[in-house]
Amino acid sequence: MTSGDFGQLAPLIIALPLLGALALFFFGRRIGTAAGTVASATIGAAFVIGVVTFFELLGHEHGHRSSVVELWEWVAAGSFRVGVDLLIDELSMVMVLVVTGVGTLIHVYSIGYMHDDPRYPTFFAYLNLFAASMLLLVLAENVLLLYVGWEGVGLCSYLLIGFWFERPAAANAAKKAFIVNRIGDLSFLIGILVLTTTVGALSVGQINAEAGAISAGMATVAALLLFGGATGKSAQIPLYVWLPDAMEGPTPVSALIHAATMVTAGVYMVARLSPVFEASSGDLALTIVAWVGAATALFAAVMACAENDIKRVLAYSTISQLGYMFLAHGVHAYSAGIFHLATHAFFKALMFLGAGAVMHALAGETDLRKMGGLRRVMPVVGWTFAAGWLAISGVIPFAGFFSKDAILASAWADGEYGLWAVGVLTALLTAFYMSRLYFSVFEGDLVVPEGVHVHDAPVTMATALVPLGVLSVVGGVLNLPGVLTLEHFLEPAVGESHVPEGLIPWVLAGLALFVAALGIGLGWRLYARRDGEARRRAWQRRVPWLVTGARNKFYVDEYYGGLVVGPAKRTATFFADVFDTRVIDGVANGAGWVVARSAAGLRKMQTGYVRNYGLVYLFGVVLVFSLLIMKAVR
Amino acid sequence: MEFEAPAVQLGAIGPEIALVTTALLLLIVDAFIPEGEERWYLAVLATIGFGVAIILAANQWGERELQLARMVAVDNFATFVKTSVAVFAVLTVWLSRDYLKRSEDEESEFYALLLFAAAGMMLMASAADLIMVFLALEIFSISLYVLVGFRRRSLASQESAMKYFLLGAFSSAFFLMGIALVYGATGTTNFYPGGGGEGIAGYLVSSAASDVDLLVLGVGLLIVGLGFKIAAVPFHMWTPDAYQGAPSPITGFMAAGTKFAAVATMLRLFVVVLYPLRADWRPILIAVAIATMLLGSVLAVIQEDVKRLLAYSSIAHAGFVLTGLIAANDRGLSGSLFYLATYGLTVLGAFAVVTVLAGRKERNVTLASYRGLFYERPLLAGALTLFMLSLAGVPLTSGFVGKFLVFGAAIQAGYWWLAVIGMLASVIATFFYLRVLVVMYMQEDDRGLQPAITGRLANSVVGLTAAATLVLGIVWGPLIDLAERATVFFA
Repeated sequence: MTSGDFGQLAPLIIALPLLGALALFFFGRRIGTAAGTVASATIGAAFVIGVVTFFELLGHEHGHRSSVVELWEWVAAGSFRVGVDLLIDELSMVMVLVVTGVGTLIHVYSIGYMHDDPRYPTFFAYLNLFAASMLLLVLAENVLLLYVGWEGVGLCSYLLIGFWFERPAAANAAKKAFIVNRIGDLSFLIGILVLTTTVGALSVGQINAEAGAISAGMATVAALLLFGGATGKSAQIPLYVWLPDAMEGPTPVSALIHAATMVTAGVYMVARLSPVFEASSGDLALTIVAWVGAATALFAAVMACAENDIKRVLAYSTISQLGYMFLAHGVHAYSAGIFHLATHAFFKALMFLGAGAVMHALAGETDLRKMGGLRRVMPVVGWTFAAGWLAISGVIPFAGFFSKDAILASAWADGEYGLWAVGVLTALLTAFYMSRLYFSVFEGDLVVPEGVHVHDAPVTMATALVPLGVLSVVGGVLNLPGVLTLEHFLEPAVGESHVPEGLIPWVLAGLALFVAALGIGLGWRLYARRDGEARRRAWQRRVPWLVTGARNKFYVDEYYGGLVVGPAKRTATFFADVFDTRVIDGVANGAGWVVARSAAGLRKMQTGYVRNYGLVYLFGVVLVFSLLIMKAVR
Repeated sequence: MEFEAPAVQLGAIGPEIALVTTALLLLIVDAFIPEGEERWYLAVLATIGFGVAIILAANQWGERELQLARMVAVDNFATFVKTSVAVFAVLTVWLSRDYLKRSEDEESEFYALLLFAAAGMMLMASAADLIMVFLALEIFSISLYVLVGFRRRSLASQESAMKYFLLGAFSSAFFLMGIALVYGATGTTNFYPGGGGEGIAGYLVSSAASDVDLLVLGVGLLIVGLGFKIAAVPFHMWTPDAYQGAPSPITGFMAAGTKFAAVATMLRLFVVVLYPLRADWRPILIAVAIATMLLGSVLAVIQEDVKRLLAYSSIAHAGFVLTGLIAANDRGLSGSLFYLATYGLTVLGAFAVVTVLAGRKERNVTLASYRGLFYERPLLAGALTLFMLSLAGVPLTSGFVGKFLVFGAAIQAGYWWLAVIGMLASVIATFFYLRVLVVMYMQEDDRGLQPAITGRLANSVVGLTAAATLVLGIVWGPLIDLAERATVFFA
């Protein structure tokens, strides 16, 4: 690895939002309504520096686009040293551009969305802090630093989900997200420790270089522990349950953190440390990653079909799409996973912001069934949302088509036909539930709550929607064969990927398009046409168990409540009420009592009289002399 | 007998000369200012003096020689200590500026004494002869006696100055006796061999082990004398009274500067020069360190006066830093230097907060008066929180790193049980640091405590020290690096 050739500006990418956050924390009240502008400016500047650094990187030859910027030594314990080093390569820069680019747009959007909030500066302080943590996460050159960013985004996620903490639902959702994430974080931390003890270093470069030398069994253990962390942060089975509840946070937060960036941390981490996963015996770790991803994708898509809350539909959709990304990783197609990460960031952020604009216009209404025909009164939101809808459904030439197709083709090329089938089925469901959402909200007769005057998105909000809409349309060119090839670009960082050759890709692409059309058609028949109501009933009668199950989220929360939360609470109660109050407090109070008593005794020496002080001093001298003389005599 | 005049190399004591010159200049300038005029330039002049001293000291970085008739060592170690002391003193000047502003007290004398004290402390760090050590010790001690009693209308201040002075004189006598015994045993007061004499270090190499009994007794008395200055038990009795009565900025400077200067001398004397005698001085210092750590921590628990509380805390810290000295290895040396530099900044910050709240009249110094401080002055309370956490040794503060280094050094030297005792003492100490936080955050007060001093300068001292406490707790690498390079002695 070449060291420090370029990217000397990279530390600023993290420092700017961090400074913004600090400024807003300490002087937020004084900055007042300018807080949004300040925050947007810092992240915008970070984006500009990101672009500059990216071009610097492009200026180097393919295969030499990796640079480590060493800032300072952080931990030095014997021969074990950890530096605060940043890794600038293809993978981290793609992430930086996505995080800062989408981040900037969402910051700008928030200026309009949050402008009435009494804690306006605090909100932007959190947003900036989040951006700084996320950027630290993606730029970290060692896993310890990565972990710092990892925990940082977790903290910000908690703070932002619970931003309206006066609402019990928000406070509970924040707690749930934090605790569920902690479970994943613990797994991740143990994974880091396993890696550290086996490799003897924390540096990403060193771990990846020496991953092949780890025993296959140890590599599997490490990889699965790391993936355990990823299931928490990236909301995969079994730890996905926090994400739908996280929608209690302000909508820009859902867009930035719970759709575009933070939830992709796990996806990024697996790609970053892919050699560890590759070193696993018989691809066991990757197979598990792929199947967990596929199962999550399908399962979440089913639930999305039954959900009536506009943001929760999008939340399940996010879980499902993240599953796709893990599926891609599982079939060695890391670049396809990252490609989908990028396009998904565009269209999902777009749709969340669109949903936010709808809620904003409808006085906070989130139920799909109470909306309709909004495209005519909110053209900007409607048209951009349509772009997102077609993108996620996989319609050519929208961004989602290319990235999803790359994943499915890779699965096919890897010989994983089962995974491919699940992926195609999920694509069908995706097209269906997104069409359902789109048609219910934006098409048909105008339905709005009473007494609400519907208006289109204000300027700041529209400013964010339009560029994201454009990116959702044209984002696919990132990896258009012959034009730009993200896959080839990412190769040095994540390894080569295989795509099928000959006629097969065209057949697969055609099939994907057909499936998308099928899903959209179904959605249109059931939700856009006036006779959809009756047809819906007919469908629901055919698979009542599936409908009830999906509507109740398959009772997963209830199972977790009974199997994990209940026993944990009972154990905690025992320790808190019995063990802690009697044993621990007893020991602590006892020790405190002893100290206080001896202090009360000793303080009597401090009489205030110089003669007594001199006596104590003399006593000390005698003691020193007796010690020395005793030693000399002996 | 032919007398050879020693070469006069003033460059060696350049920083000290700068300070003394500035002090004299201050007094002269002040004499020409009419009554009632603003005297801001006195503080500026003092700051410039310290600035020059820092530059001159920094210039000596990398040099390694003995000068002025082999009485003064110029080495990285001395430079590190001198620079730190100068920084402490500058912060004290800034703090004192706001503290003194509305009083009729003689500002110029205050700064001049501070400059003299700092010069003495600096000289301690580079003294390579016991007579020079004594001289330096007296220079800064006498200045401090006066400064402690500087609040002329306060009976408490007078009383504490008197106590400090009496006990200090008492202690100096023992120290001098120690020097006499050492001279009697070795025939020299010089540390290092050369220039025709063999010095103490050379004597230890050339003489048989049985010849050192008298020397060892002398060393015992040196420990007593220096132990007094660093406030080690049982020579600590003056500390709470003097700290309580002294003007708050001076208390901070005493805690930071005196401790550093005296420990610096101990490091040079015991760890380097008397290293062959470590079997003799170690048991004594271990006993002293254990007593100091435990007694300081335990007695702090029941203090109701913040300045007394910090006094006991500073006693406990003397014990902690002694563990690094007892380790007598490279890590112990650099660890002690790091510890004292960061402890000095933190304790100065803590006393700066006390000063800002107490003001010239030294009111509001009881713990009870800090009730609900967080709700009145969140930034001030936040800074004090940081200082308390650092003194307690909580991670992400410089105090943690310092403790980690000195305890680590003790463990490396095989004194793991000493480190365990130190940690136990830290746990006890945590109790009273947290008590301050509980009072500030969890108790409410309707009186609305307002700072007595609102000056920018005083607040900036709080801000700077708080920033240093936090930054050095996170990015400790560069300072440790410097401290490691500062263990280059003239030897």
